[in-house]
Amino acid sequence: MELKFASIAEIARAVKDKKISAKEITTYFLNRIESLDSKLNSFTALNQKAIKQAEDLDVRIAHGEAVGVLAGVPFGIKEMLCTKGIQTTAGSKMLSNFVPPYDSTVVSRLKASDSIILGKLNQDEFAMGSSNETSFHGSVKNPWNLDFVPGGSSGGSAAAQAARLVAGSIGTDTGGSIRQPSSFCGIVGVKPTYGRVSRYGVVAFASSLDQAGPMVSSVEDAALTLEVICGHDEMDSTTSQRPVPQWSKNISTNMNGIKVGLIKEYMRGGLDADVQRTFDESIEALKKMGAQIIELSISMTDFSVPVYYLVSGCEASSNLARYDGVRYGYRSDFKNLSSISLDEFYGKTRGEGFGSEVKRRIMLGTYCLSSGYYDAYYLKACQVRRLLTNQYLEGFQKCDVILSPVTTSPAFKIGERINDPLEMYLNDIFTTSTNLAGLPGMSIPFGISKQGLPIGMQITAKHYDEQRMLNVAAALESVSPVKGLKPYVI
Amino acid sequence: MIDKKTIEIIAKLARLNITDSEASEFSVQLEKVLHNFEQISKIETTGIEPMITPTEIESFWREDIAQQNFTSDEILANAPARTGHLFKVPPVV
Amino acid sequence: MSFRGYEPVIGIEIHVQLDTESKIFCSDSTEFNAGDNENVSPVSAGMPGTLPVVNKKAIEFAIKTGLALGCNIRRKSVFARKNYFYPDLPKGYQISQYDQPICEGGSVTFKVENVDKTVSISRAHLEEDAGKSNHSGECTLINLNRAGIPLLEIVTGPDLRSAVEAAEYGRTIRQIVRYLDVCDGNLEEGSMRCDCNVSVRKIGAEKLGTKVEIKNVNSFRFVEKAIEYEIERQIEVIERGDRIIQETRLWDPDKNKTFSMRTKEDAQEYRYFPDPDLLPLIVSDEMIELYRKQLPELPIARAKRFQAVHNLPESDALVLTSEKSMADYYEETSAISKNYKASSNWVMTELMRELNLEKKLISESPISPKQLGRLILLIDSGSISGKIAKVVFQEMWLTGKDPEFVIKEKGLVQITDHGAIEKIVDEILSANQQNVEDHRSGKKKNLMGFFVGAVLKASKGQANPEIVNKILQEKLR
Repeated sequence: MELKFASIAEIARAVKDKKISAKEITTYFLNRIESLDSKLNSFTALNQKAIKQAEDLDVRIAHGEAVGVLAGVPFGIKEMLCTKGIQTTAGSKMLSNFVPPYDSTVVSRLKASDSIILGKLNQDEFAMGSSNETSFHGSVKNPWNLDFVPGGSSGGSAAAQAARLVAGSIGTDTGGSIRQPSSFCGIVGVKPTYGRVSRYGVVAFASSLDQAGPMVSSVEDAALTLEVICGHDEMDSTTSQRPVPQWSKNISTNMNGIKVGLIKEYMRGGLDADVQRTFDESIEALKKMGAQIIELSISMTDFSVPVYYLVSGCEASSNLARYDGVRYGYRSDFKNLSSISLDEFYGKTRGEGFGSEVKRRIMLGTYCLSSGYYDAYYLKACQVRRLLTNQYLEGFQKCDVILSPVTTSPAFKIGERINDPLEMYLNDIFTTSTNLAGLPGMSIPFGISKQGLPIGMQITAKHYDEQRMLNVAAALESVSPVKGLKPYVI
Repeated sequence: MIDKKTIEIIAKLARLNITDSEASEFSVQLEKVLHNFEQISKIETTGIEPMITPTEIESFWREDIAQQNFTSDEILANAPARTGHLFKVPPVV
Repeated sequence: MSFRGYEPVIGIEIHVQLDTESKIFCSDSTEFNAGDNENVSPVSAGMPGTLPVVNKKAIEFAIKTGLALGCNIRRKSVFARKNYFYPDLPKGYQISQYDQPICEGGSVTFKVENVDKTVSISRAHLEEDAGKSNHSGECTLINLNRAGIPLLEIVTGPDLRSAVEAAEYGRTIRQIVRYLDVCDGNLEEGSMRCDCNVSVRKIGAEKLGTKVEIKNVNSFRFVEKAIEYEIERQIEVIERGDRIIQETRLWDPDKNKTFSMRTKEDAQEYRYFPDPDLLPLIVSDEMIELYRKQLPELPIARAKRFQAVHNLPESDALVLTSEKSMADYYEETSAISKNYKASSNWVMTELMRELNLEKKLISESPISPKQLGRLILLIDSGSISGKIAKVVFQEMWLTGKDPEFVIKEKGLVQITDHGAIEKIVDEILSANQQNVEDHRSGKKKNLMGFFVGAVLKASKGQANPEIVNKILQEKLR
């Protein structure tokens, strides 16, 4: 087993079978981080207790105790997810000194499965961004070409995973933040159905859209990780009580009779030539494996980007009100507390603590929720959201999954789009509707651009039908033309 | 029209100090984003119930059981300023 | 009620703190006497990523209160975020109910100066309390123990017409929530807080005057005083030819005045929207029916029953039902004694006097209702006289012993033996020959009372007065 490329299942089995100790694995990956991450800037903090935790696990295994399914598997966690005793900054100056006294449910479930948390991964500030350039910790570089962005907002998770600094990583996805960087970095990223994964302890960006999910190297690894992190949580009443299936055991690459939908509105051209070619190839591959291709219209997807920015902006403006310098986080340096007004205290603290992109979204959301605009903007957006979802549900009566590109183009150069935030927003054209409709969606590597940058395809399925989505992804994975391609940093 | 004056009012509402150049920039950008939204105002939505949570999720309510899992020291550990076990802020009155 | 040709129009919002063990959206304790920030968790401190999960009990209490107030219970109500910045509001928004509250459209009837008054309840909604700010000149200090305590805000229509009515309304709500056991009604600890909306208009005018809100009044006496003051203030302003400014005022109990807190101009823009962290609150018909069945008999119905079935006068019925514990005590007593009026009298006079003297709650009474009921039985069966019963009662109060035991121990049982009483009568008559003669000759009238008193005294009050009377009548014929 070459550790660098070992799957999650392989690592866990090797640790359980005492073929290799958890400590050796942890040390190996920490060394990789040490030697490679100066190029990538994907990690923002390391878990100082990682080695100790690995040793404890080894002791338990030596004593013959039962251990979890992710025994000894090293994970990296996006900065959005709270980790007890380890800084959780959400990529913001606002939380630059915040150390939570609690674990997010995702992290506590990973720990309960005996995985080893290596540290925290860089991201766009409060997950607002598609390039990882808005982070307080600086840009992350794409391991396939350091001049390019890794995508965002889970850019650190994607880069670390692609460079194999971790065996698995966790990202969050509000409008594409798992799938887009996964596509840009050539890994497998899954945004589960809204309600599958607890949001407890996940720094909130837009509560009705946010879901955490795995960013890993294979469909099987994704399924295994999902089985650990999904499921009802008493700390989050927006988690479903449905049982969590054993997706990994039920993966089938048999595409006979599978109906794959293509959204007409997504096929009007304007795709980068490499993305178009990859898309065409993926359709052909599925056909060849016996899938039936069906074209369908989901006309409301034309509006998903503006609806998304409105809904997420409104929710974010409220979710980010708690960052006020009172109980935790950044507080402006006031020389004399007794002589300042409350408004000054808030305004200065928040004005200094948040970056431009975050401020822009807070401004948008505050405006759209204010009296006189609520009906025209927020309410209207929520109504269109229902129309969009209804169209998807109708669409899924005709097909099992929907296939589309993740983005219109592969990764772009660092700095290339940062000055035009609105252009950047259009990047999210294929990903936002999945969140608006609460559907499961994922990115699976299937192509490479002429410049040598990965291209992923997006598969979405109906609510709670992760299995079929994973099946189609596994089928594509099995015939992927880019299988075995590795970023040059490795 | 989102002029600079409107931007200032929103910024105040959001308790967000912004620079002059941010104000000008935001005024143009928000105008554009909302202009983009105008196409949506034409969609017929009469009688459509606004969607907040996009999936079907069963109701879940807590039992009324008190638990104390955190000490006040843990709660105050991240406080920028404190007096005893209280959070300290500028005088409000 | 007329105030110099003006009519006050008053509406009240009462924040009722629901008496749950844990907070409305997390499991922090609601215990009042906790150290600073001890009843706080990441959820109630509004830490990143934490989420609200509704407390079932708070919903039950809201529904029960709504039912008791004759409200319609919404099968689907919605929690919304009320966004504003304040240091004791940890999330930067308060979770409350806005356009879809759990209870709507009820009413409550109570007596004001012996006249029935009905006030409409426009809504009652669930929300979380904020923390507490302690202000010193130098800084403000924040304690979040109270943040997240469940509140039910009960809102009336603009139906109240005087300060007395407003205060009486408040007392009625307190009585009801205490009957329901959903709130301890402890005003000193802030378990009930009132906001009063007050305006005045010329009698006969249709248009409402500009309203002023008096916020956070924490006693019904202050509600009465503050509204009284506010009515006078507003009339004066209008008479002076000025305009009433729409504003929020506070009551200063030391100066007996209201003072301005903020005007409408700097009113908040709350940007309400449905909280995406909480699903709509769906309650089933079955659930509502279950809670309806669990409702206790409410004070007004109970008082009516005491009048109709127990034949008690209205004044007795109202006093006995003012507190559920007292009504329960009375009912238990009368169930044993089968003598309603006597039970009412003993509870309202003897028992209440002792409780008040020792500042005890009726639940702390050393005499149980069963014991009191048996004491009344002993009177009614002639075992002891009413006078002796008071002595027995005192002993029971001090020792908690059963009445039968006290009577036996102290030898207080009534003498009903004819011969024994005759003996005492003879002694008294022979010792008072002159009076016997005066009585017989009719020289002095009304000496019967003297003889009865003397016999009872000689028997230490134990002789049955009826028998004493009968023997005296015979002997003095």
